[in-house]
Amino acid sequence: MKTIFKRPEALAETPTHYCPGCTHGVAHRLIAEVLDELGLRERTVGIVPVGCSVLAFNYFNFDCQEASHGRAPAVATGIKRGRPDLIVFTYQGDGDLASIGMAEIVHAANRGEKFTAVFINNAVYGMTGGQMAPTTMPGQVTTTCPAGRDVEQVGYPIRMCELLASLRTPGFVERVAVHQPKYIIKAKRALKKAFQYQADNRCFSFVECLSTCPTNWGLTPLKAVQWVDETMIPYYPVKNFKSPETEGEGDAD
Amino acid sequence: MARKKSKVTIDRNRCKGCELCVHACPKGVLAMSEEINEKGYFFAQVKNQDDCTACRFCAMVCPDVAIEIAVEEAGVSQE
Amino acid sequence: MAKVLMKGNEAIGEAGIRARGLCYFCYPITPQSEVAEYLSKRMPEAGGVFLQGESEVAVSNMLYGAAGAGVRCWTSSSGPGISLMMEALAYIAAAELPVVIVNIVRCGPGLGGILPSQSDYRQAVKGGGHGDYQCLVYAPASVQEAVDLMPLAFDRAERYRNPVLIIGDGMIGQMMEPVEFKEHKFPPLPPKDWATTGCKGRKPNVVNSLYLDPYAEEKLNLRMVAKYEKMKKEEVRCEEYNTDKPYQALLVAYGTTARICRTAIHKLGEEGIHVALLRPITLFPFPRQRIYELAQKVDWVMSVEMSTGQMVEDVELSVRCEKPVHFFGRTGGVVPAPEEVVEAVKKQLGAGKGGQA
Ligand SMILES: Cc1ncc(C[n+]2csc(CCOP(=O)(O)OP(=O)(O)O)c2C)c(N)n1
Ligand code: SF4
Ligand code: SF4
Ligand code: SF4
Repeated sequence: MKTIFKRPEALAETPTHYCPGCTHGVAHRLIAEVLDELGLRERTVGIVPVGCSVLAFNYFNFDCQEASHGRAPAVATGIKRGRPDLIVFTYQGDGDLASIGMAEIVHAANRGEKFTAVFINNAVYGMTGGQMAPTTMPGQVTTTCPAGRDVEQVGYPIRMCELLASLRTPGFVERVAVHQPKYIIKAKRALKKAFQYQADNRCFSFVECLSTCPTNWGLTPLKAVQWVDETMIPYYPVKNFKSPETEGEGDAD
Repeated sequence: MARKKSKVTIDRNRCKGCELCVHACPKGVLAMSEEINEKGYFFAQVKNQDDCTACRFCAMVCPDVAIEIAVEEAGVSQE
Repeated sequence: MAKVLMKGNEAIGEAGIRARGLCYFCYPITPQSEVAEYLSKRMPEAGGVFLQGESEVAVSNMLYGAAGAGVRCWTSSSGPGISLMMEALAYIAAAELPVVIVNIVRCGPGLGGILPSQSDYRQAVKGGGHGDYQCLVYAPASVQEAVDLMPLAFDRAERYRNPVLIIGDGMIGQMMEPVEFKEHKFPPLPPKDWATTGCKGRKPNVVNSLYLDPYAEEKLNLRMVAKYEKMKKEEVRCEEYNTDKPYQALLVAYGTTARICRTAIHKLGEEGIHVALLRPITLFPFPRQRIYELAQKVDWVMSVEMSTGQMVEDVELSVRCEKPVHFFGRTGGVVPAPEEVVEAVKKQLGAGKGGQA
């Protein structure tokens, strides 16, 4: 017998602390598989955020730095500028990246920093107990918008891919989902491209992963998967927004 | 087309009982157990190995990387 | 090496390069923007990294990243910018990363003004960011000393794995002085085997400040305290003036203010009043023991500062409240004139004659 699916080397044996059915684990595995397949593990530095994935350095089997809330893109910039030979990626939640860290991600993208940003959009602040995030869906109930997100008061959810794709600087920007096999296959392809662009010293790369938070959505893992399909994907289209090949077009889409 | 022989292995103590693999399997190969594992979760089990097509969907969706898949040596397709 | 006439800020930039501080991140702020302007030209020539970040928040986190990956890196800023760096500084201290930060202090609080000040003493010496940590803090009193302290700052940052601050003021930044870039020799540094440089041939390294287990966090805190204790034993630097002959009063002043005090002491000497000066070069660790010893010979001590009185508290602690510690200062960007210091000393001596302490 030949093993055709097993834990990648870049993923440590340590069991994660994530809730049952939380797709943070899927995103971790995809990153690890891609690094293994591209042979990059031994020169990779992962930047983990403040959020549920704050302990991700225990789950990856390569060097990691823990960043302060939202600042992972600045930390990655520092490493990449000082050590351009290293492969650097950030892993950030939506509170981390799209709220407190908005300036850092936009400017890193705009400078065309040659690292890979993995953005986990689960429409909520997971770690702190399910508060409203900038990506929370209209009408979605959270612990700080108990009557549902009121777009009159707090605006509409931020679409990060669309925002970053509008920058003139060339880059790779794609939104994927990690909740179902057909999306997971595409997510892996996007991540592989993103890391390949970095390895080729081409451009900044950004992969947004629509992800579940069954615990704070108050849904079973299976219902959470359906909620991604029914609620998130219609608002957050899963597709490529920008590639270095489409360079110079300014805002894509 | 003749089906390759495959083997799906679930590490019961890694499993958190989310059931995502059970629902992802197009062939109904997996099912939840009635026992609990050392973490206290009802874990996923292989029920009908013979129906398995080695499509890997179950392993792909497993957030805890509790599933390993092996197939007969000959004619292995690499994704 | 021959002396060259240079503006303080530019000399600091050059000294950074010569100390192999070849990775510099910055955000413009008066009165230190010339450091960045100088390095934007010089750094590429020297084969180093120059990057203007989007904010001091980002810049300080870039330092965290680069230092974590084993790269010698530094920045310079002033008051409002330094405040924004406090978040990363706490992480840098906790992750035990070597970073050098130059603060060309301007007056505050708030946006304040751009004139020289020493009002960031507490922020530099007592923390500034959150949590139990200390920075090693140097306070040069001349452009030459600033230049000499740069290589020392990098060396100590890496030796102790601790952030080092250099606290200057607008005078030092803007002053033109002849400087010499001397060769500095230090013993070899320990290898950076903790840095995130890719895990080839070893177990993965993690640069981190998260400790959810209270015993692990306490262990880190105690390890950091041990470093600070070692600094207190080995890193204290100060300069004395006029302490080799009998003196009637002891002044304590650092940076530009110490230079003003020397002029004042000279003037007082012409009037037959003998006054001594202790100039701390390290603000942390503070030259407590030496101040205590020198204070034995006088009735009182005076802290002279360009602030409303911040270092004075450390001077009081140094003399262990055995003698009165007076304060004289100008603030808001007003630089005290030597005559004002002369007056303050005379007034105090006069008060002493009347019998009151
Ligand atoms: C400066 C700062 N502010 C607030 C917090 C508290 N905090 C921890 S995690 C978090 C939100 C994380 O949410 P998200 O980025 O969406 O990630 P998730 O937990 O959903 O994966 C917040 C606000 C902090 N650690 N630091
Ligand atoms: S709280 Fe949500 S995001 Fe965090 S581990 Fe649980 S399910 Fe995942
Ligand atoms: S490999 Fe495919 S068919 Fe086999 S158990 Fe897994 S999901 Fe079912
Ligand atoms: S997907 Fe994984 S964790 Fe969830 S039930 Fe199946 S084996 Fe268990």
